[in-house]
Amino acid sequence: MSQIVKAPDVRLVPARRRFLGTLGTATLSATAVAILAGCERMATAQGGSAANDVQILNVALGLEQEAITAYQLGAESGLLQKPVLDVAVAFQSHHKEHAGALEATIRKLGGAPVAPKSKDEYARALNAASLRNQTDVLKLAQRLERGAANAYIGVIPSFGSKDLAKVAARLAADETMHWTALTSALAEPLPKGALSFGG
Amino acid sequence: MCRAATAAILTLAGLLIAAGAVHAADPERGRELYEARCTGCHSIDANRVGPMHRGVFGRKAGSVADFTYSPAVKASAIVWNDATLDRWLAGPQKLIPGQRMNFTVGQPEDRADIIAYLKSDAAR
Ligand code: HEC
Repeated sequence: MSQIVKAPDVRLVPARRRFLGTLGTATLSATAVAILAGCERMATAQGGSAANDVQILNVALGLEQEAITAYQLGAESGLLQKPVLDVAVAFQSHHKEHAGALEATIRKLGGAPVAPKSKDEYARALNAASLRNQTDVLKLAQRLERGAANAYIGVIPSFGSKDLAKVAARLAADETMHWTALTSALAEPLPKGALSFGG
Repeated sequence: MCRAATAAILTLAGLLIAAGAVHAADPERGRELYEARCTGCHSIDANRVGPMHRGVFGRKAGSVADFTYSPAVKASAIVWNDATLDRWLAGPQKLIPGQRMNFTVGQPEDRADIIAYLKSDAAR
């Protein structure tokens, strides 16, 4: 769980079709925190809406905590084989960075970050017991990533702070990137039309 | 002449608006939209970041026993029906200030289809 992936060379598809490329070093963490931390003036500047922004961030944190555990359950299931396992661990590390950045911002705004639920609670809610093979795990991750991307897009209009709305858009972009990689790994087609996220 | 034309245009506009209002809600499309937009936070049968949705149509807001709602939703007397769900999904903070969902669905047709799904046997 606490394992930190430095620069996993992860490819979900054979080199011949290497459209997914390689995941670079996880350097987002410090930057993400710094960006979120740059929003501290909002706490005072926005009057009543700062409290609501904290609520939105806390719901987002809940999503990230669930995603971290979902990848953990996937990684521990023994159902993931090598290149896919590395990708799962890398994506989990992104979610950990998201969670860390959200927690820091919630604290900056004077809020209290929600505590994660227990692993068993997540396992039950996500019906982890029904996972039988690698495809099942990938499909669960794919569903959660799409849900998370759409969740972030759907809360953007509710932020009082435009800085935080931008952060939500960046988080949505990360989740979309994960969804796209997982969709390719499942050899499923990409959406035919444009604007398939949000709405 | 001009007044007659204006009246005709207004009548036509009225008809078009009425036609739009009778969008036949499609629960199957609603299910797909629910899968894509709501399941980041909700499941039909499990509490997640948001409360479980089985039986939500027709029940009082904030009434899933083992889910921790915001005080605002918990205290609300609203019962979930076509009208209240539409307003909730269009702007939850307007309907119940102090709520913590903050998630909106922009298109009226999308909201109608999602509500049709929540009303259907699949989510009852
Ligand atoms: C970003 C996470 C998130 C997303 C996405 C989301 N919700 Fe929610 N929803 C919540 C939270 C959190 C609550 C509890 C609100 C409270 O207690 O103030 C909630 C509450 C509700 C309620 C009230 C339930 C009750 O028991 O009173 C309904 C209805 C609802 N959501 C419908 C939806 C639908 C339909 C969608 C998809 C179009 C959706 N939600 C998407 C987080 C979300």
